[in-house]
Amino acid sequence: MNERPSFLLDGAEVPFEPGQTVMQAALAAGRYIPHLCYHPEFTPHGSCKLCTARVNGRLMAACTTPAGIATEVESETEELNDLRRTLVQMLFAEGNHFCPSCEKSGNCVLQALGYDLGVMTAGFRHLFPDRPVDASHPEILLDFNRCILCELCVRAAREVDGKHVFSLAGRGLGKHLIVNAESGRLVDTDVKVTDKAVEVCPVGVILRKRVGFATPIGARRYDKSPISAQALADAPRPLERNHD
Amino acid sequence: MPDTPDDLEPRVRRIISRWEHDPGALVQVLREVQEEFGYLPGPALTLVARLLRIPFSRARGVASFYSFLSDEPLGAYRVLFSDNITDRMAGSESLLEAMCYRLWAEPGKVSQDGLVSVARTSCTGMCDQGPALLVNGRAIPSLTSERVERICELILARTPVDEWPAEFFAVHDNVRRAGILLGHTQQPGDAIRAALQRGAAGWSEHAANERSWREAYVGAAQGPIATLEEIKRSNLRGRGGAGFTTGVKWEACRQATGLTRYVVCNADEGEPGTFKDRVLLTSHADLVFEGMTVAAYAIGASLGFLYLRGEYRYLLEPLEAALQRRRAANLLGNGICGQPGFDFDIRIHVGAGSYVCGEESALIESLEGKRGVPRNRPPYPVTNGYKQQPTIVNNVETLCATALIAVRGGDWYRSLGTLKSSGTKILSVAGDVARPGLYEYPFGVTLRQVLEECGAADTQAIQISGPSGVCVDANEFGRRIAFEDLPTAGAFTVFDASRDMFDVAHNYAQFFAHESCGFCTPCRVGTSMLVASMDKIRAGNGTQHDVGEIDRLNKVLLMSAHCGLGHTACNPILDTLKRFRPAYERKLRSLDFTPAFDLDGALHRARKMTGRDDADAHLEAHP
Repeated sequence: MNERPSFLLDGAEVPFEPGQTVMQAALAAGRYIPHLCYHPEFTPHGSCKLCTARVNGRLMAACTTPAGIATEVESETEELNDLRRTLVQMLFAEGNHFCPSCEKSGNCVLQALGYDLGVMTAGFRHLFPDRPVDASHPEILLDFNRCILCELCVRAAREVDGKHVFSLAGRGLGKHLIVNAESGRLVDTDVKVTDKAVEVCPVGVILRKRVGFATPIGARRYDKSPISAQALADAPRPLERNHD
Repeated sequence: MPDTPDDLEPRVRRIISRWEHDPGALVQVLREVQEEFGYLPGPALTLVARLLRIPFSRARGVASFYSFLSDEPLGAYRVLFSDNITDRMAGSESLLEAMCYRLWAEPGKVSQDGLVSVARTSCTGMCDQGPALLVNGRAIPSLTSERVERICELILARTPVDEWPAEFFAVHDNVRRAGILLGHTQQPGDAIRAALQRGAAGWSEHAANERSWREAYVGAAQGPIATLEEIKRSNLRGRGGAGFTTGVKWEACRQATGLTRYVVCNADEGEPGTFKDRVLLTSHADLVFEGMTVAAYAIGASLGFLYLRGEYRYLLEPLEAALQRRRAANLLGNGICGQPGFDFDIRIHVGAGSYVCGEESALIESLEGKRGVPRNRPPYPVTNGYKQQPTIVNNVETLCATALIAVRGGDWYRSLGTLKSSGTKILSVAGDVARPGLYEYPFGVTLRQVLEECGAADTQAIQISGPSGVCVDANEFGRRIAFEDLPTAGAFTVFDASRDMFDVAHNYAQFFAHESCGFCTPCRVGTSMLVASMDKIRAGNGTQHDVGEIDRLNKVLLMSAHCGLGHTACNPILDTLKRFRPAYERKLRSLDFTPAFDLDGALHRARKMTGRDDADAHLEAHP
């Protein structure tokens, strides 16, 4: 019988295994920390900053912070949820997000987070960037207007599909998603509609054609329960098998 | 659009061969391809990707990260005006306008005949002799109307830049006050030999390889450890701004497990208002390389990099020549100074226009041929740096100081300066002063003394350590340059009473937005939102609400930005708001938000149409 290492998350004990991050340990223990660019299947990189938590008093991204350095973590505080609301607002203001006409509506992680965190307005002046869509591929549509630069497709392509279909270019506010083709068009890449990278987009950028709006309002993913509940259901629970 | 040259392929192949088909050299390859063709032609980018065996999207992703690289033609002459606030104060904007007028060019665009493009770039490190510009990557300081006119004539006559008058490219050191560093008399090799002598005598002839001189042979570690001890005893702290204790950094790297170790000199001097490294690299290159070699000896590294900012590209040839001289003198290479196994060499990596690469982990990413995005930390570079091996990244001035300490010892160095800030600090003094240039003082000097010596009059404010530092007003001129009071990377930008401090903050806000790498949400979006708020205030449409918005953005950046750039992006605005609030309030439409029309009254018609008059149909509750 050996003592498992653990840290306190908002006052409650969260056990972890060596090598886990604060986020991984929290989700495995059934505790939710809001997140956007984190996905249990890919290497975390910590760019959206939604999972910012106070780790031993210091503000750090929970998805990249090793659990081993944490003793006390605060996440569900008004200060941090305020921050998260502002970050979601920034993302809404940065891109062109017109939920009512978006086929991802109801299944969109950004939208779901907005509802769950209680974001009522965009809060900032919209930047209305000019981002042309790429409809070149017969089976997949790319609507860059909704890109939040989470890089999940970049990581999925690289880590799961073993391809380099998606990549990032530019910097600062000019940072944008590109595809691996000299023409810059998706049709000229080796993407397949069955790729993980196509499936993983949390917002409405990478869309399979001819399947939109199939699910009626009320039956869409986040109509049923908020993202905070579903993220837990999705998370791998490696610790469970050890529970007696 | 210029045609793709017929000999593009052999020219690209030559560059790639020179870099040994190393995908890690992508930034250098792209920089040289751009120097070759004036921009990155599509077929060249394709070829680079193919020959380096990397995805095309990676080549494009890296190329588009650095502001000096472009996949679109930039004209036969690419003119970039340095856009630091000191350049602006010296009239850069009207010179830029005059040039555009003369050349029929629009700022930021290529002229219709494809001859020239004129644009702005972040501070080029010539603040003591501004306004300055870069033409095809070469620096021209001390701009006047006459000089700009002559430049226009040369461009219109299509005179190759190599044939332009040499005096245009003359950059002066402007050393106004030399201390132990700027006034040193050390000869190349002095510091290395001193470090070697600190080791036990008599063992050197037995050491046979890199590891033996470092650790395997009994007594072999004494020299490096003794050197490290002197650095620790000196209490030298990093001169790049963060002030981490150098000896602690070196020791951590020395003790970290790895296959090999690296020494990196951070010469990506991008903080607006700073130009000390330019002078150190111009006139004291040997001391810089000496410091790197001493560091290599102390931590056990066999390869070092000098990360030279793209703006200082003109220093590449002289620096390479200095390295060659040192190799010839056995101060670099194998068996340095006759010490068997003491093998160390230095490569120069030239940046391509990115301030954030001055952050050590972003710098390492750039060295590895990637986009210069700061890494997640921990782990830190001392354990997981270049190619994931233990790496120290030190500022140019720090390494120079270590070369002095190697000879004269830690106690000597510690006897200078203050209790917590040993040694001297080189200040890059610019702005409203009679004698701009470098001033080296022992730590502890008051701002007032600096102002007196550089000939400042009627001073309103000083920006210490650039936009990411602090802005102080006249009440604070008794404060001292020291880690315990005002730490600084060196910038000392002076503003007299005639300057509008709002303009200063506005310029700095634009700088941060331009240089944000875009990795994290708060900095990518927040820095641009800041500029939008400042633009609005400047245009006379600001209200108290916008000032509140700035506060809110600052909070988000401080709490969640990925690196120091985001954490400090609001500093110039908050500092000036605190100290020079009238400069803002003069521009605000009203101090509190007062709408221009009766909001509740505007709802009257809607109430009538819907037949509602309940509380919810009013903006404020009914009486």
